[in-house]
Amino acid sequence: MTEFLQQLVNGLEWGSIYALIALGYTMVYGVLRLINFAHGDVYMIGAMVSYYAARKLAAASISMGGLQFPILLALSMIACAALGALIERVAYRPLRKAPRLSVLITAIGVSLLLEYGGQLLFGADPKFFPELIPNAPLFTFDGVTINRIQCLILAISLLLMLVLRFVVMKTKVGKAMRAVSFSHTASQFVGIDVDRVITVTFLIGSSLAGAAGVLVALANPKIDPLMGIMPGLKAFVAAVLGGIGSIPGALLGGYLMGLAETFVVAYISSTYRDALAFVLLIAILLLRPSGLLGKAIKEKV
Amino acid sequence: MKTLSRFFCLLTLILSATACQKSENVLLIGEYGSLTGGTATFGQSSHKGTQLALDEINAQGGLLGKKVKIITEDDQSRPEEAKTAVLKLIKQNGVISVLGEVASSRSLAAAPECQKAKIPMVSPASTNPKVTEVGDYIFRACFVDTFQGEAMAKFAFNTLHAKKVAVLKDIKNDYSVGLDEFFEKTFKDLGGEIVGVESYSEGDIEFRAQLTSLRSKTPDAVYVPGYYTEVGLIARQARELGITVPLLGGDGWDSAKTLEIGGKAVNDCYFTNHYASDDPSPTVQGFIAKFKKKYGETPDAMAVLGYDSAGILFDAIKRAGSGDPAKIRDALATTKDFPGVSGNITMDENRNAKKRIVVLKIENGAVTFSEAMNP
Repeated sequence: MTEFLQQLVNGLEWGSIYALIALGYTMVYGVLRLINFAHGDVYMIGAMVSYYAARKLAAASISMGGLQFPILLALSMIACAALGALIERVAYRPLRKAPRLSVLITAIGVSLLLEYGGQLLFGADPKFFPELIPNAPLFTFDGVTINRIQCLILAISLLLMLVLRFVVMKTKVGKAMRAVSFSHTASQFVGIDVDRVITVTFLIGSSLAGAAGVLVALANPKIDPLMGIMPGLKAFVAAVLGGIGSIPGALLGGYLMGLAETFVVAYISSTYRDALAFVLLIAILLLRPSGLLGKAIKEKV
Repeated sequence: MKTLSRFFCLLTLILSATACQKSENVLLIGEYGSLTGGTATFGQSSHKGTQLALDEINAQGGLLGKKVKIITEDDQSRPEEAKTAVLKLIKQNGVISVLGEVASSRSLAAAPECQKAKIPMVSPASTNPKVTEVGDYIFRACFVDTFQGEAMAKFAFNTLHAKKVAVLKDIKNDYSVGLDEFFEKTFKDLGGEIVGVESYSEGDIEFRAQLTSLRSKTPDAVYVPGYYTEVGLIARQARELGITVPLLGGDGWDSAKTLEIGGKAVNDCYFTNHYASDDPSPTVQGFIAKFKKKYGETPDAMAVLGYDSAGILFDAIKRAGSGDPAKIRDALATTKDFPGVSGNITMDENRNAKKRIVVLKIENGAVTFSEAMNP
């Protein structure tokens, strides 16, 4: 039982990360019907930005005490938000009227650009994130250990998700986002600036990916320019699992993905860790393509 | 179009002419290693050791009256690249011998090419027995994993009094899988129990699921026969999960990065290795002084073996009295009592070096000598 509970905790940690990244995928799909394949690499940029910022701070011997981590987190989130908005403006907006396939290919292109550009810029060798917060077991009960960083990841993820829920449900911008997901044309009729809403969506989604990047760098300190490929793909599967376009779906999918992965590695074999994501993708598309929380939309032809 | 194709023909001719040029007064030796990539310190260290040997031999006037030149290729820590690198060295540069690689998987990828081309290959640190089994042109300057796994099993059982050991191995790595096999066999023969075996893949960053599983079996020690990048992370996550027993490993742990990544988590851990930097022997200390003078850092085992592998190759060329690969191969096979920094090197009938092994302990952020075992 102890082992099971411990695996549960481990699974929730990665589940939070996948959920944060999946939110970005699902929101962009909601407003643009586009799978933003570059999203996983925005997550990587988040980790890299905080790595270099942390190094610069250390080199300048600026000690901020306990504030170092929140500042780096905020910095990465802002940097990634800017990057996301830039990608949207430069790569996706010009193709707004183009066939869906063109934008998809462009998204893959941006992804490759970030990955290999990152290799050139940062070097292909893995980097080791400095230990900003000394990790120590925070709670131990009955043999199950939850350490500080795991708590931090869960807490910050939940906080960000609550903030997002508030923004989407209770603010005008959120309402506009929901309207644009419903219909671009109708939104324009009621006076919503669709372009601006899309930019805001990218800003929010990418900042969440940036946050995920920093959290992962903290927990698993090895970072490299290709680190976003696998988590990006898995978060995409998670978003599809929960119902792409649905925010609660992304959350559900993310946590399910994290838990499933941990249990497969623990009880079956670690070799199937990555394979699981794809098995789940195939399964959900075959059995319930609209996802667990998605609505099956019937199209009248 | 006709001018273009004519131009290309001319270009090809010129290029092939220059490529075929064999300098008459230079001995060309190839070196391939992981200068970049996941296990970059392996290649970088062995390269530094080899370069030191090269500088020394040329300062002494070279070999057979000719200057020695080493052409280095980076395989980026990938086996496919190792094969390509070696093919380039043999076919394009026309080297008479090849030095490399540290990692067994990469040596295994390149060795068949060297064997096919009948160019001797001397691996500095690949310990998987399969490497020299590829053919009679493949040699190694180090011991093999049958000996290494056995040594750690004996150390764990006899010195650490561990009766139950759990294993976390790298399933995608020939070295790790092989080493674990030999360790388990000896440990079980001694009367110990392997309580759990989990695996990961090179490049993974998340090991908590496997470690949690092993934790529940309450082992006295955990054997992690992997490479330093993952070992550092595994140690950290193991400690975070409350696994306080010693972690044990092999020579894949040997890198300054293990301590950098692992930090406090790798304290009270042991690994088998080719040499100990606190060995008081004058040969070892003399080499460390030379290395420090040139590079400003203490050499790790890969650097020492890079130096020794170049050493035995140069010695073989001298004894062969010729730059003919077949004669060099024969001379390598009869290497006896070569005074290497990592010990006395004698080639046995399988072209493996018969040498002693040391067990090192990581304590308070430093690596210290614990025990030595002879074959």
